[in-house]
Amino acid sequence: MLARRIIPCLDIKNGRVVKGTQFVNLRDAGDPVELAAFYDESGADELTFLDITASHEARGTVLDLARRVAERIYIPFTIGGGISTVDQFRDLLKAGAEKISINTAAHRDPALIRQAADRFGSQAVVVAIDARRVPPDDDDMTGVPRWEVYLHGGRTPTGLDAVETAARAAESGAGEILLTSMDADGSLAGYDLDLTRAIARTVPIPVIASGGAGNIEHIVDALTIGEADAALIASIVHYGTYTIAQIKVALRERGIPVRLEASCAYMPAPDVP
Amino acid sequence: MARLRRTGPGRVNGWKSKRGGSLIAVVDYGVGNLRSVAKAFEHEDFEAMVTSDPAVIRDAAGVVLPGDGNFGAVMQNLRETGLVDAALTAVKAGRPFLGICVGYQMMLDSSEESPGVSGLGLIPGVARRFPRRAGLKVPHMGWNSLESLADVRLLEEVHEGDMVYFVHSYYPSPVDPAGGAAWTDYGCVFPAVYCQQNLMATQFHPEKSGKVGRGIIRAFGRICQC
Repeated sequence: MLARRIIPCLDIKNGRVVKGTQFVNLRDAGDPVELAAFYDESGADELTFLDITASHEARGTVLDLARRVAERIYIPFTIGGGISTVDQFRDLLKAGAEKISINTAAHRDPALIRQAADRFGSQAVVVAIDARRVPPDDDDMTGVPRWEVYLHGGRTPTGLDAVETAARAAESGAGEILLTSMDADGSLAGYDLDLTRAIARTVPIPVIASGGAGNIEHIVDALTIGEADAALIASIVHYGTYTIAQIKVALRERGIPVRLEASCAYMPAPDVP
Repeated sequence: MARLRRTGPGRVNGWKSKRGGSLIAVVDYGVGNLRSVAKAFEHEDFEAMVTSDPAVIRDAAGVVLPGDGNFGAVMQNLRETGLVDAALTAVKAGRPFLGICVGYQMMLDSSEESPGVSGLGLIPGVARRFPRRAGLKVPHMGWNSLESLADVRLLEEVHEGDMVYFVHSYYPSPVDPAGGAAWTDYGCVFPAVYCQQNLMATQFHPEKSGKVGRGIIRAFGRICQC
């Protein structure tokens, strides 16, 4: 049976992990490669690196990062952040990334999804959607929630409906939707389950729920009520609140299919100061 | 630890194996990221080389045929590089041969993905598309389990139910199910691992399959050493 995936997300700036983790037993918890190897060992199913480097000059570092990560880990990884051309796709895939995540570029140039999918296969193309719940209109008596797509890390509203945008991305050849709730992101109060379910039920491709995981119950909810295929997690593991193994054991106890390598279950929790 | 050596003109004759004839050749026909595969062998202390040199492939202790992408396109690439004969020579000589992902499908006669394009014909059968039905997401992407394991050397470190990483839209359907060494269920049950004498193949990516995958890489490395 296909397992639901648990995917730690690392934000990268100038080649370093930001929102640094607090694992004192890692030699350098700010080193993305070191951290990636740690999460691989701990039983993560995939990793996602989001490059938030602002300047274009520093972009070369992400290619180098992909190469160094590929050299160390034995699970697939996705790279996202500022990727806008098919050539960048090619370079990063060649460097060893399994998938590329695009966000702003996919909205600015919808043909990019199709071009990349045709050339590298849909499985390599992840479309990231950042969505914010639209406050209910006084005239709207339907009570059906709506979400608007935002760009540039949640700063720029587009006026576009998130569910329709996801459906269009899938039709264009996207292989996966990385769905972040801007409302829930950073709240540690749980994923936006309505949003996740609305999109998971609409698109015929996997949906990764992102934003809001604060405890294991939130992840259970995203994968059951939210109907997501995978859960992206950050603080909850970076700060050592839970280990991947603890999360997966709990998911398995709730009847959710997960990959749990025997040795991972016994891996000690990282030391946190 | 062994370092990757990319072959080029003049490189082959100068190349000397530390172990003498234990080299695993990863066939490079210009498609995809082959470094991950070579790395996986090197990390287990086997000598591996990404190569498009027919002489290296013919004489290697073992040959790995990776594959990513469209069946017709990768077969065309393989034929254009002129490596088909070298690969078949290695097979005929009884060398261990491992197809990975589309590399497995290339070992079949053909694929529904590219009608009219011939595969290598090493395994009688075809690659079929997953059934189109509601709720079955294609590509089959993610971790799925290996069941009904056969007693074969390639799987000597693998246990019933172990999970490995798949990414594919077509699945191998050999004529003779006897070659199936491990089976996976995704809308239909297909042989995720094939083993028949020196011919071995995995539909999943052992180089991306965590510890279970490393066990398979090690096993193939050991098979190549004797």
